[in-house]
Amino acid sequence: MKIRQISVFLENRPGRLAVLCRTLADAGVNLSTLMLSETGEFGLLRIITPDTDQALQALARAGYAAAISEVVAIQVPDRPGGLASVLAALEPQKLSVEYMYAFARRAGEDAIMIFRFGDLDRAITALKGAGFGVCASVDLFKV
Amino acid sequence: MTPHLWNDLEGTFFPESALDYMPESRLREVQLQRLKAAIALSYEKVKLFRERMDAKGLKPADVRSLADVSKLPFMVKTDLRDTYPYGLFAVPMSEVVRLHASSGTTGKPIVVGYTAQDMEVWKQVIMRTLYAAGFSRGDIVQNMYGYGLFTGGLGLHGGLEGIGATVIPISGGNSERQIMVMKDFGVTAVCSTPSYFIHLIEVAQKMGLDFKRDLKVKRGVFGAEPWTDQMRQYIETASGVKAFDIYGLSEIIGPGVGTECECQSGLHIFEDHFLAEIVDPQTLEPVPDGTEGELVITTLSKQAMPVIRYRTRDITAFETRPCACGRTCRRIRRISRRSDDMFIIRGVNVFPSQIETALLKTEASLPHYQIILTRKGSLDQIEVRVEITGDMLRDNVGAMENLQKRFSHSIEQITGLHAAVTLAEPGTIPRSEGKAKRLLDQRNQTS
Repeated sequence: MKIRQISVFLENRPGRLAVLCRTLADAGVNLSTLMLSETGEFGLLRIITPDTDQALQALARAGYAAAISEVVAIQVPDRPGGLASVLAALEPQKLSVEYMYAFARRAGEDAIMIFRFGDLDRAITALKGAGFGVCASVDLFKV
Repeated sequence: MTPHLWNDLEGTFFPESALDYMPESRLREVQLQRLKAAIALSYEKVKLFRERMDAKGLKPADVRSLADVSKLPFMVKTDLRDTYPYGLFAVPMSEVVRLHASSGTTGKPIVVGYTAQDMEVWKQVIMRTLYAAGFSRGDIVQNMYGYGLFTGGLGLHGGLEGIGATVIPISGGNSERQIMVMKDFGVTAVCSTPSYFIHLIEVAQKMGLDFKRDLKVKRGVFGAEPWTDQMRQYIETASGVKAFDIYGLSEIIGPGVGTECECQSGLHIFEDHFLAEIVDPQTLEPVPDGTEGELVITTLSKQAMPVIRYRTRDITAFETRPCACGRTCRRIRRISRRSDDMFIIRGVNVFPSQIETALLKTEASLPHYQIILTRKGSLDQIEVRVEITGDMLRDNVGAMENLQKRFSHSIEQITGLHAAVTLAEPGTIPRSEGKAKRLLDQRNQTS
């Protein structure tokens, strides 16, 4: 139920993200979603793609410091309070969210949020127990 | 023949290496005899040396024991520049069969010369170096030292041919081609600067090669720049290449002044040709054995350009215990710093090797780094750029900032200085094809 995500180290300099995207484009990698967190000096870019291994290989060949990490993709009801209900399900377990970001979806469908938890397994159990949809990667990338 | 004359684990006997095992009393006799001859030759033929001896009221006959060498005047690198090009030569040019020169980035280079006998001695000491590192006939050796005026490439070349190895005189540079040759030619041994070889390990990885699986390189001699045990560990673990430290400098002969043996525990100096002393770099007085100081070398057999008490600027100490390999020629500790690499910042003396130690205390393997000195107003600033590797990467901004803090803290613990640590993308710090440029001093460019 866990989704493989690529984390890449980027220096905070103009044009670095564009060069990285070009590297992935040249390798024929399709980006499903990405998120950049940054300090003043550097950033960590998280990428989700159906072509994870290909992307990692292309990044390593181009000399980036990149590694695989795991996250959870959760279906969030498309209504007011949807996200609040997800977070409420985690609260009794004292599960903290390290970061989260949205997965691109077409209008009208449930939103999908990517979560990184300190303890992924416990979070998955808690969310499933509360009836939320936890996506496998096949669900995520089906057209 | 006694068993200790066998100088490698396979038990093969190399006659050239027999001199490494000379009884110590005999070795000292040989040294004294040759020292007297070298001083007499220099005094007669080299004006600079004669003038300095005269200024001290010394005559060649005043040297009666090896200890008397400490009375003699020193020579330094600028002496070679000031007498450019041939001022220190002790033979007519018709006797000189080879010239080499330092790359000299500032002003004139320094020039060194060799007679036919010097060339033979050079070949012999390189052969002894290579045997000590386990090279032998049958090895296919990629010599990545620069060929040309630099003593490294051609110096090792002569000895490699001497032992009957197959030499690939590829010189430095063009890293992908180096790897291709290494693989396609079935290379079993290499000669390189340590920093360039570390660079090649990375290049091989990028080319999708596993050094241990896809290449046959088993051993290498590495020198021409100071390096550390941690760098050796990295080379040996990442590439499976057993890495031997070799020592030499153009002013003395080039490579071939000293080498590690199979024990990899200090470098044996070929004392029958080179007299080594260690002195305090400030007072210039000899230090007790085992104490660190600057290495000073006198050539005992050089004809074209004898050098008396040359200050190498390399910081080391004599190993006091005999080596398990049985060689009698004394060992110096591996040189990890030079007295002129030292920089002074805010009144504190710092060696780049201290920064390296600090980085290694934080991360298990040595990242690429560069020290940048700048000046803001009247205050010197030190920045250390550290390249992030995939192994160091954490999927958490806080953890990365924490790594930055740990680097900074470790540097402060070792040097007492607060350094700004910057995390850099892999490959962004310039790699040299030859010697590593760890220090960028921009203090006179900024205001």
